[in-house]
Amino acid sequence: MAEILIDTVSKIYTGGTRAVSDVSLSIADGEFIVLVGPSGCGKSTLLRMVAGLEDISAGEVRIGARRVNEVDPADRDIAMVFQNYALYPHMSVRENMAYGLKNRRTPAAEIEARVAEAARMLELGPYLDRKPRALSGGQRQRVAMGRAVVRQPAAFLFDEPLSNLDAKLRVTMRGEIRRLQKRLGTTSLYVTHDQLEAMTLADRLVVLNGGRIEQVGAPLEVYHRPASTFVASFIGAPAMNLLDAEIHGGQMRIGGAQVDLPAPPAAQGVVTLGLRAEDLRIAAVPGPMTLPFHLDFIEELGAQRLVHGHVDGQLLTLALPPALALATHMNVTLAADHLHFFDTATGRRLPDLAPMSQAQPVRAGA
Amino acid sequence: MHRTKPLDHLILILGCLFMGLPVVVAFMTSTHTAADIHMNGLSLAPGGHGVETYTEVLTRQGGFTGQVTGARMAMNSLILGLGFAVGKIALSMLAAYALVYFRFRFATAMFWVIFTTLLLPLEVRIMPSYQVMSSLGLLNSYTGLIVPLLASATGTFYFRQFFKSVPDELLEAARIDGAGPFKFFIDILLPLSKTMMAAIFIIMFVYGWNQYLWPMLMTTEERFFTLMRGIKQILQVWIGSQIPDYNEAFALAVLAMLPPVLVVVVFQRWFIKGLTESDK
Repeated sequence: MAEILIDTVSKIYTGGTRAVSDVSLSIADGEFIVLVGPSGCGKSTLLRMVAGLEDISAGEVRIGARRVNEVDPADRDIAMVFQNYALYPHMSVRENMAYGLKNRRTPAAEIEARVAEAARMLELGPYLDRKPRALSGGQRQRVAMGRAVVRQPAAFLFDEPLSNLDAKLRVTMRGEIRRLQKRLGTTSLYVTHDQLEAMTLADRLVVLNGGRIEQVGAPLEVYHRPASTFVASFIGAPAMNLLDAEIHGGQMRIGGAQVDLPAPPAAQGVVTLGLRAEDLRIAAVPGPMTLPFHLDFIEELGAQRLVHGHVDGQLLTLALPPALALATHMNVTLAADHLHFFDTATGRRLPDLAPMSQAQPVRAGA
Repeated sequence: MHRTKPLDHLILILGCLFMGLPVVVAFMTSTHTAADIHMNGLSLAPGGHGVETYTEVLTRQGGFTGQVTGARMAMNSLILGLGFAVGKIALSMLAAYALVYFRFRFATAMFWVIFTTLLLPLEVRIMPSYQVMSSLGLLNSYTGLIVPLLASATGTFYFRQFFKSVPDELLEAARIDGAGPFKFFIDILLPLSKTMMAAIFIIMFVYGWNQYLWPMLMTTEERFFTLMRGIKQILQVWIGSQIPDYNEAFALAVLAMLPPVLVVVVFQRWFIKGLTESDK
């Protein structure tokens, strides 16, 4: 158990490529942090720097109170779960889990007890004497977790541990990882490119893009108040609709359509307007806050349907209840308290409509 | 799935005969007397002198010193074969380990230098090697026979390719598990390389067993004679009207064939696995 402090850490490869730039992050004891981002955003590199598998080019990593930049991975008191499990193929499940402890000269009785405990926790008891090749993907994943658990480390590091599993198993294992982490209370750093995995697992999300942190926050906070167009389009499925808009006073133009806002926003001129698919509703008649919508096609998801179409040439997706009657031409109502404004040039978030931003601050982890 | 047709069988049977018949002829001929062979040539029918020829070959004190028996020669060949195989595996594994897992200057250049020597046959460097061994006073010794030929480009190359196919995560997991370079090699890499080692063992054992030129240069004392030299020796005795002991030469040749065959039969399962298995 320990907190992890990542202080302005950078990774610069020989040749000058910057994989990670000035990332600072403070992880509390027992917290579950998920690093999420598209491939190549530096999330794995960051994790591997914490693990000690990559050198830290600049900055400092502390685990507990100790600076670990120059410490061997084995002595950092961490355990890692790899994407392809990285089980030793010639060792049985038991030997796989015991190997790290043996190298630490843990007494045999203690090893035995810890392995038995981990096997019980992960329901691996019947497989202890099997070789990894005789196990299914999910079981291998559990062995990899067992290997981390028996170490009783200060922190777990997960490097996309579920991406080799099929969709159904992934959901089950996701739950298991969460349950295990809650139960052990071990600080965890988890890397994934799957935003759903990130949303469901994290105490706090760290969204990375191009080696920099875009946003840090509780999953819902990130979802409801994305700090940039990148986060807005990355977190949440379907992705947030982003439309080009122009604001003059209290009037907003989207293509040929015009909307009367209840109050003039702080952002003026050309902006990017963000709209969550589920915040949009169909209106029977045109009003001051409606846009004319042209339907293209429908995706049925069962509990809801995704309606894809466009507003004067700009793509727009709505998430609607399945029973609703639809027409090719409809009016879509915008909710004044669910408008996201972004700077078109920088992609950064701009202030919300004045009364709303005061009345409805979203609390972290509420 | 390809269905086997009669023609395929015919081709395979012809192939088997082509490869197998000479061996059968050699064995059958070796059971006749030397005089018989001299008069009638090779033979496909068994003769009646098999047991005595083989006992004779294995136990007769031959050569100028009257010290060297077939068994002695077989042992020398075995020492050479095993020494080659074990030594080459040990050396080339360590070399490949260094090449793959350690970052040092000119590692790639080193590898290519090693790789290029694959193209050079032993004979190219046989005189310098002899000179070195002679200066070290290692002529007429097992050390002199084995050590100079231990460096193996083939073995290093195979092991390098194999180590490269071992996923990096395994090394990383081992590092986090607290295994240093030595422990990783012994605990993880060595057990994983078993099939590869079996494959290299066969190749190198047969290579060592069949060495002819090098032992001939390095040893002058008859107690270091190998089977390969023994066969040659038998056919060289043209003293007076004596007929060369064809039967003994054949018997020795058959005997010389047995250990490699045995090694291949025993190791073939791993051998095939080692050459084909890629998923680790």
